[in-house]
Amino acid sequence: MEQEILTFTDVKLTYHTRRGETTAAEGLNFSVNAGEFVAIIGPSGCGKTTLLSLAAGLLKPSAGVIKSHGSFGYMLQKDQLFQWRTIEKNIFLPLEIKKLNTPEHRERARNLAEKYGLKDFLQSYPSQLSGGMRQRAALIRTLATNPDILLLDEPFSALDYQTRLNVCEDVSAIIRSEGKTALLITHDISEAISLADRVLVLSQRPAHVAYSHELDFGEVKNPLKRREMPQFSEWFEILWRELNG
Amino acid sequence: MKKAMIYSEEHKKYLKKQRLKIALVWLLRIGLLALLLGFWELSTALGWVDPFIMSSPSRVCKTIGSLYNDGTLFYHIGVTLLETLIGFVIAVVLGVLIALALWWSETVRRVLEPYIVVLNALPKIALGPLIIIWFGTGNKAIIFMTVLVGLIVAIMHMLSAFIATDKNKILLLKSMGASKLQILRKLVIPSSFASFISMLKVNVGMAWIGSIMGEYIVSRAGLGYLLVYGGQVFKLDLVMTAIFILCILAAGMYFLVVLLEKVLVKNTES
Ligand SMILES: Nc1ncnc2c1ncn2[C@@H]1O[C@H](COP(=O)(O)OP(=O)(O)OP(=O)(O)O)[C@@H](O)[C@H]1O
Ligand SMILES: [Mg+2]
Repeated sequence: MEQEILTFTDVKLTYHTRRGETTAAEGLNFSVNAGEFVAIIGPSGCGKTTLLSLAAGLLKPSAGVIKSHGSFGYMLQKDQLFQWRTIEKNIFLPLEIKKLNTPEHRERARNLAEKYGLKDFLQSYPSQLSGGMRQRAALIRTLATNPDILLLDEPFSALDYQTRLNVCEDVSAIIRSEGKTALLITHDISEAISLADRVLVLSQRPAHVAYSHELDFGEVKNPLKRREMPQFSEWFEILWRELNG
Repeated sequence: MKKAMIYSEEHKKYLKKQRLKIALVWLLRIGLLALLLGFWELSTALGWVDPFIMSSPSRVCKTIGSLYNDGTLFYHIGVTLLETLIGFVIAVVLGVLIALALWWSETVRRVLEPYIVVLNALPKIALGPLIIIWFGTGNKAIIFMTVLVGLIVAIMHMLSAFIATDKNKILLLKSMGASKLQILRKLVIPSSFASFISMLKVNVGMAWIGSIMGEYIVSRAGLGYLLVYGGQVFKLDLVMTAIFILCILAAGMYFLVVLLEKVLVKNTES
């Protein structure tokens, strides 16, 4: 029996501004199991970022219930590294915020950075790193507090195509080997297929889950290998039709 | 990381060219100054213009010498410098603190916005009579004027920097569970550093405007007083001398800020 780590039940969210109200999500139902990698695709402006903010507890639902067991790490579209801090200090940032800035926690974060190829960059400033390296540093920062669930909001979309494939590969490997649960938002169908165990397709706004697919790549988790498999283009066609139909 | 120390011939040539260019610029700067001063001196010596109205470099030197012999040169400089510095520091510190308070509370910010706009547009000299009555004719009045001129500028400059903080970075910190105070300390203040320095540079100018304006209306000492007095008794040598000294002091204070910037940037980036 797999354990549900995050559950949305009939969730609704309405934004109120002086100009009016926008319902970004309604009747939103889904759950994520521990250790699962779920990708969410949907039309632009349908409420994907809203969904992540709800999951992270940054927004309270207007109706419905969100249940979660565990802590979150949030990763945004751009790396959002602070340019006046070294990479090491950037990685320690969540420790400082959460008052976990102890030698043991710092040691753990530093080990993580060294394990994933940032050893030589710890004392560098973000401006001295390539886009791909910066994104990797952002992921390590997200992992520094050892969160149970990673929320990734289009983390690769600011990168050029070649870097994007590499970083995608990187991030996938890191998340899999750390055994994390991940919820990835993307507007790139092939990215979703190459990374996830399960793909959710959202409807137009207000967002609800229109389709849900368990991907059948068996034990193949590597994004590049998946791209070469025959199922890949079949899934691409299915999802493309659902997204545009 | 250390940069490679061995350069190609081409790069050495390039560096040499750059150094020559910088040297040339400095040479021309100094040359221009010498030319202007020389022309000024010459035109008064040859009687093209009346030295009584135009003064001249040699007369300015003489005036400085006689002020020095009187023992009043450093007295006047000291008075004005102190007023300017105290006013500058108060305006900057108070300005930053008020800007922080306004950043903290959107309600307070919106309530006070029209007042700040009006105070900014108001020519501070209009408050001269009030200042004299409230603070007397001593240097308290002058410092108050200096603070008044710099304060609103400091507030507006810093507030707009605080408000311009990257929304996504705030979201990132919130997702880590940061409190408002943490957002302020870890993000808003450090990311406003460049604006702080540029505000200091602007406020150096504001402080001199404030202190000289203050001395115009109330004082019995200082460089502004020398200007007013020199004008009244038609001692243009004194007026020119005071202007000359002001130029040097204002430039000196500006370069101190530039130096501070360099020191701070070095400390944060290496
Ligand atoms: N803070 C807010 N206040 C008011 N309306 C908002 C706010 N944030 C988002 N919205 C609206 O809610 C809807 C969903 O926004 P959201 O950012 O969740 O969509 P998205 O799917 O992430 O879009 P994108 O594809 O552009 O990333 C949009 O119509 C947006 O205009
Ligand atoms: Mg979005």
